[in-house]
Amino acid sequence: MRNRLAWTLGVGLGLVIVSVPVLAHHGAAQFDVGKRVTVTGTVTEWFWSNPHCFLRFDAAGENGQVVHWVAELQSGPNILPLGYSRQTFKVGSQVTVTLEPVKNGRPLGRLLRVVLPDGTALPLAASPAANNPQ
Amino acid sequence: MTKRFLVPAVALVGVLVCSPVAHAQARLPGARYDADAKGEKPRPAPRRDLSGTWEPASGAGGGIQGKGAQAMDSCRKDPRTGRYAVQENPPLTDTGYATVDCLKPEIEPPYTPLGLQTMRAHKPVEGYRMVPDAVNNDPILACDPGGFPRVLLHNFRTSEILQTPAHMVVLYKFQKRWRTIWTDGRELPKDPQLPAWTTPDGLPPEPRWWGYSVGRWADDYTFVARTNGFHDDRTWLDNAGLPQSDAMEVEETYHRVDAEHVELSVKITDPKMYTRPWVALDRLSLRLQSPSFDIQEMECSPSDQKHYYEFFGGLTGTDTGGAR
Repeated sequence: MRNRLAWTLGVGLGLVIVSVPVLAHHGAAQFDVGKRVTVTGTVTEWFWSNPHCFLRFDAAGENGQVVHWVAELQSGPNILPLGYSRQTFKVGSQVTVTLEPVKNGRPLGRLLRVVLPDGTALPLAASPAANNPQ
Repeated sequence: MTKRFLVPAVALVGVLVCSPVAHAQARLPGARYDADAKGEKPRPAPRRDLSGTWEPASGAGGGIQGKGAQAMDSCRKDPRTGRYAVQENPPLTDTGYATVDCLKPEIEPPYTPLGLQTMRAHKPVEGYRMVPDAVNNDPILACDPGGFPRVLLHNFRTSEILQTPAHMVVLYKFQKRWRTIWTDGRELPKDPQLPAWTTPDGLPPEPRWWGYSVGRWADDYTFVARTNGFHDDRTWLDNAGLPQSDAMEVEETYHRVDAEHVELSVKITDPKMYTRPWVALDRLSLRLQSPSFDIQEMECSPSDQKHYYEFFGGLTGTDTGGAR
């Protein structure tokens, strides 16, 4: 029973996380909607801006080569309530990023979830969404 | 057995229903929305007063209108869920892209042939005609002014109205802009294509990104502003790329419902682009905030945008991936 409850809550939480409506200056034309990629890598840049912030990080590719990933987020003012700040990421730190990739195969995507070196996951699930369904 | 499934199912529903994400509307720290004031007894509206800082009453996202002007939304919503309809294998639009999270609505603004032609020249990044960032031509993504009335029809966020005997000055969060609505009795420019004030200190005619605005109280609780004197097609009406011209006149109506609320409506009249006047925003409810509520900065920096397009936006195309 306990396992079933935990499983169900886990699925529920997952649904909540992946169903975060993404508010950005653009729509979904460039994204492979519904696809998810999770990558662990080393931060090379955290760019805080409007209308989009982005996180650049390097990760090992399939053949051992370094892949330069870029994950975009919403505008700085929009993601402050989700737990992000200009100080969230430090160059050189390890992060695990779940993103929705672009269609063209480049290592780009919109960031859905990130786990920081101390285990903190963003966006904060308990935080009110700074998104809107439009 | 039933109970074994029932409890987790209820828990799951609870997680989804109680989740702020499920409720979806945004919240700015320190802001007060209608959801925070359930059971509140409305206080009477003050007479001829719009002053104060205003926030969409349903949540910070209530005025964003990402897929186009709210009353002429460029995507179809599921009436049951309020979510945008999704089609698994959507057809290509005239821009050459399929829009999986956004179907064409049954309604369209009443375009003239020039309006339709102009709309088709626009490549927006939202709405049913949306394209990847790399190939868009939306002026605001180069940090050009969104201008008026786009500031009301796209990314309409926290705004503050400063009311004096001579004018209303409106401060807008998005792109950190402001405009003046004159209430000193002056007339709207008679020739919208050679616009100028006819006051003794009026300047020579010059079109403006934000137009020329005058306003008056229709009654003690209804303020009506009219604006003309725009540039030609240098600005878009909304985020879906609807066109506007130098012949446009915009009518804004602010109805003070009670002490806490104003309803904002916008009507577009533009004989070059549309065959008849049409309503773009229908009674968007705004809620008064505390006098100490601060407006966040949401500036667009051209150098930041260049950096963004270098590393992300310019690489999102399905062909060469070249920058815009």
